[in-house]
Amino acid sequence: MIAEFGLAALWFAAALALLQLVAGSLALTPRGGALACVVRPVAMVQGALALVAFAALLTVFAETDLSVKLVAMNSHSAKPLLYKIAGAWGNHEGSMLLWVTVMGLAGGFVALVERRLPEPTMLATLAGQAFVSLGFYAFLLFASNPFERLNPVPVEGQGLNPLLQDPGLAFHPPTLYLGYVGLSIAFSFAIGALVTREVSPAFARAMRPWVLGAWIFLTLGITAGSYWAYYELGWGGWWFWDPVENASLMPWLAATALLHSAGVLAARNALRAWTVMLGVVAFSMSMVGTFLVRSGILTSVHAFAVDPKRGTFILGLLAIYIGGALTLFAIRAATVTEGERFSVTSRESALVFNNVMLTGALGIVLMGTLYPLVTEAFGEKVSVGPPYFNPMTAVFVVPMLLVLAVGPLLRWRRDSLKRVSAMLLVPGGIALICLVIGAVLAPGKVLPIIGLALAPAIALASLLPLRGRKLRQVKLPLWGMVVAHFGIAVALFGMACDSAFTTERLVAVRVGDTTPVGPWQIRLAHIAPVAGPNWTALEATLQASYKGAAPVETHPQARTFWAPVQNTAESALLTRWNGQLYTVLGDEAEDGRWQLRLWWKPFVPMIWLGGMLIGLGGLLALLGRVWSDLRRIIAREKIAYRREKQGR
Amino acid sequence: MSETAAPSGPRLARWLPLALFGLFALVVTWGLVHPKDDTVPSRFVGQPLPAFQLAAATDGKPGLATADFAGKPKLLNVFASWCIPCAAEAPQLAQLAAEGVEINGVAIRDHKEDLAVFLARNGNPYARIGADNLGKVQLAIGSSGVPETFVIDGKGVIRYQHIGDIRPEDVPMLLGKLREAGQ
Repeated sequence: MIAEFGLAALWFAAALALLQLVAGSLALTPRGGALACVVRPVAMVQGALALVAFAALLTVFAETDLSVKLVAMNSHSAKPLLYKIAGAWGNHEGSMLLWVTVMGLAGGFVALVERRLPEPTMLATLAGQAFVSLGFYAFLLFASNPFERLNPVPVEGQGLNPLLQDPGLAFHPPTLYLGYVGLSIAFSFAIGALVTREVSPAFARAMRPWVLGAWIFLTLGITAGSYWAYYELGWGGWWFWDPVENASLMPWLAATALLHSAGVLAARNALRAWTVMLGVVAFSMSMVGTFLVRSGILTSVHAFAVDPKRGTFILGLLAIYIGGALTLFAIRAATVTEGERFSVTSRESALVFNNVMLTGALGIVLMGTLYPLVTEAFGEKVSVGPPYFNPMTAVFVVPMLLVLAVGPLLRWRRDSLKRVSAMLLVPGGIALICLVIGAVLAPGKVLPIIGLALAPAIALASLLPLRGRKLRQVKLPLWGMVVAHFGIAVALFGMACDSAFTTERLVAVRVGDTTPVGPWQIRLAHIAPVAGPNWTALEATLQASYKGAAPVETHPQARTFWAPVQNTAESALLTRWNGQLYTVLGDEAEDGRWQLRLWWKPFVPMIWLGGMLIGLGGLLALLGRVWSDLRRIIAREKIAYRREKQGR
Repeated sequence: MSETAAPSGPRLARWLPLALFGLFALVVTWGLVHPKDDTVPSRFVGQPLPAFQLAAATDGKPGLATADFAGKPKLLNVFASWCIPCAAEAPQLAQLAAEGVEINGVAIRDHKEDLAVFLARNGNPYARIGADNLGKVQLAIGSSGVPETFVIDGKGVIRYQHIGDIRPEDVPMLLGKLREAGQ
C-alpha cells in the first residue's frame, strides 16, 4: 500500500512539473500573464509531493517490505536499521528518486523565498527547473520505477553491498546529491536569464546563495567520499582518478569557477556571458557524471546499475537539456553584453585567470575520463591513471594556486603590482625556503615538492586579506573566503606529505612478531574471531608503539559478510597529530604467518581537514549573504511600514 | 595601463561549447552502441613462451615444460576443473584432438582429485597437464582467465590467443591457425 501511495505521489509530482512548465512558459507570452500566479505554488507542491514519494520509499526500506522489488534486491532483514534506510539510495532507482526529490525541493524553495529577480526571469527559471525535472520523472516512471512489486514475494532480500555498509557511506550519497542536483538551480537561473535577457548583478546575487549551498554539499560530499575510499577499501590511497570520482570532481570544479565569476558579476557587473555559461556547465557536468556512472560505458570500481538502455535514456536527456541550453546560449549570448571593463592588474583579472585555470583542469579531467572510450573506438585498450592526471591537472592547478595567493589582495578594477608585491615578500620567502627543504627531504618528487613549498606560503597569504582590519568588524563572506583558501593550503599540505613521505610495508608475520614501519614498531599480539550483526571476522590485535612510547592497540579485521557473501578488509587507523598509522589484515599464509599491510602516512588527515575547512568557508560566506539579505528585507519592510503610517 | 574587457570572443566562439558537447555525445554514443569488450588480449602474442616447468597435475599424464613445445605447432589450453565454460568446450577439444592436434593443458589452482573427476566426466584430450597452483604461468603468458587457448608454433613462439571457451564454429579457425603456425 505504501509503495502504491509513493508511486501515486510521484505521478502527481510529474503532472505538476508539466503544469509548472506549461504555465511558466505561457505566462511569459503577452496573453498568458494571468497564469503567472500559479507557477510558484505549483513548484512548492511539486517539491512536497516528490518528498512524499521519497518518504514512502524510505518507509518500505525501513520495514524491509520484500514485496517491493527494489527492497528485495538491495536489502535484507538482518541489516542494522541505518543501513536498511541507507539502502534506499544505495541503488539506481532509489538514487534517481532522491535526484528528483532534491530538484523538486530546490525548485520549491526558490519559488518560496526568491523575490529579488524580475518576475519574468523567475517564471522562466521555474519553468526551466520543471522542464529538467520532467525528464527525470519520465526516466523514473518509465524506465526505473522504484516501487515495482514482486510476485511471488521472496522470503529474504539479497542484501546491500557490504562495502556500502558503513556510516560514512550512508550519508555520502545524499550529501553529494544535494550538491549535484542543487546546481540545477544555477542551470535554471541561467536558462531564465537567457530567455529574458536579464543578466545583471541582481541575477548573480540571486543565484549565488544557491550555488554556494550546492557547492558546500559537493565539497563535503567529495571530502567524505575520499575519506571513505581511503579507510574502507583498504588500499591506503585517498584519490584514484576513478571515473566516478572524476564525475564528482568535474561539477565541483565548474561550481567553484561559477562561484567566483558570480562574485565578479555581483560586485562589478562584468563577466556576464561567462557566468551564465558556467551556470549551464556546472549542472551539465552533474548530468554528464550521472550518465557516465549509470550507463556503464566506462570501467569503474563503482559498479553501479550497468544498463545500456538506461544509458541511452540519460543520453537522450543530456542531448535535450545540455544541447538545448548551449544552443540557447549560442543564440542569446550575443545580446548579453560583457559589461564593465577592468585593468589587467585587478581582482577581476585574477578571478578570470582562476576561472580559466579551473575550466582547464575540468577539461583535462573530462578528457582523461573519456580517453579510454576514444581509444577503444580505434581498437586500443588503455586505462588512464595518475601518471596522466597528476601532472596534467598540476599544469592548471599550480598557476591557479599562485594567483589564489595574490588575487584576494588586489583591488577591484585597477591596482598596482608594486603595492601587492610588498605584502607578498614574506609568503614568497617562505615558499622558497620550503622549496629547498622539500627538495632535500623528498628528492626527485617534483609535484610533492611544489606542494610542500606552496602550502605554507598560501596558508599565510590566505590570511593577508585580514591584515589591518578589526577582526570583529570583518564581514562573514570575507571570513568565508579566508577560511576556504586556508583550507586549500591545509589540504594541499596533506596531499604533498602523503605523496612525499608515506612509508609502506607488506609483511608476513607470525603471532608475537614485531615489524617496523616508519617511526612505529608493530607487534602482532594475537588473532581472534569476532562476530557482528551480519558478519563474522578475524580480528588482529596489533600493539603499535611510536618511537618507543607505550604501545597502543589497533584492531584491523578481515570480515566475511553473509548476505551477500563477500569478504572485506576493515582497516584500522591510529591517528596522531602528525599523521596516521594505517593497518590492514590480509590472508593467512600456509606456514601460519599472517599478511599485514602497514602504512605510516605523515599529516595525511590534513587532506580531509582541509576539505572540511573549505566547506566551512563556504558555510560562513553563505550565512553572511543570507544574513545581509534578511537585514535588507527587514529594513525595506520597516520603511514601507513607516511610509504607510505617515500616509495615513 | 590598458583596459581590457573580459573574454567575450568572436561570434563563432559562442557555438564552441555546443560543438564540444556534440563531440562528447558522438563519443559516448559510440560507446553505448558498441558493447564494452572486457577481454584482455595478451601482450605476449608473437613472443616466445617464458621458461617454466610444471609438475603433473593428475596421475597418468605427465607435467608440462617449455621444452615440450618443440617440434610441430600445438595448443596450450588454460583450464580448471572448477570452471564451467571449460566443461562446455571439452567436446571441441576432443574434436581437435581427434584431428591429430596435440593439446597441452595448464590447470589453474586445481586439486588432483577434482581434476580426475573433471577428466573422467568430460574426457581427456590432453597430452600433458601441468599444475599451475599459483597461476604463475598463466600470468607469464598474459592470460587473464579460464578458459583460454594459445596456439604455440614449433619454435615455442605464441602465435595466437583465443579468449573464452572454444565454440564448435571456432574449431576450423583454430585448425587454420595451427596450419599457419606450421608454415
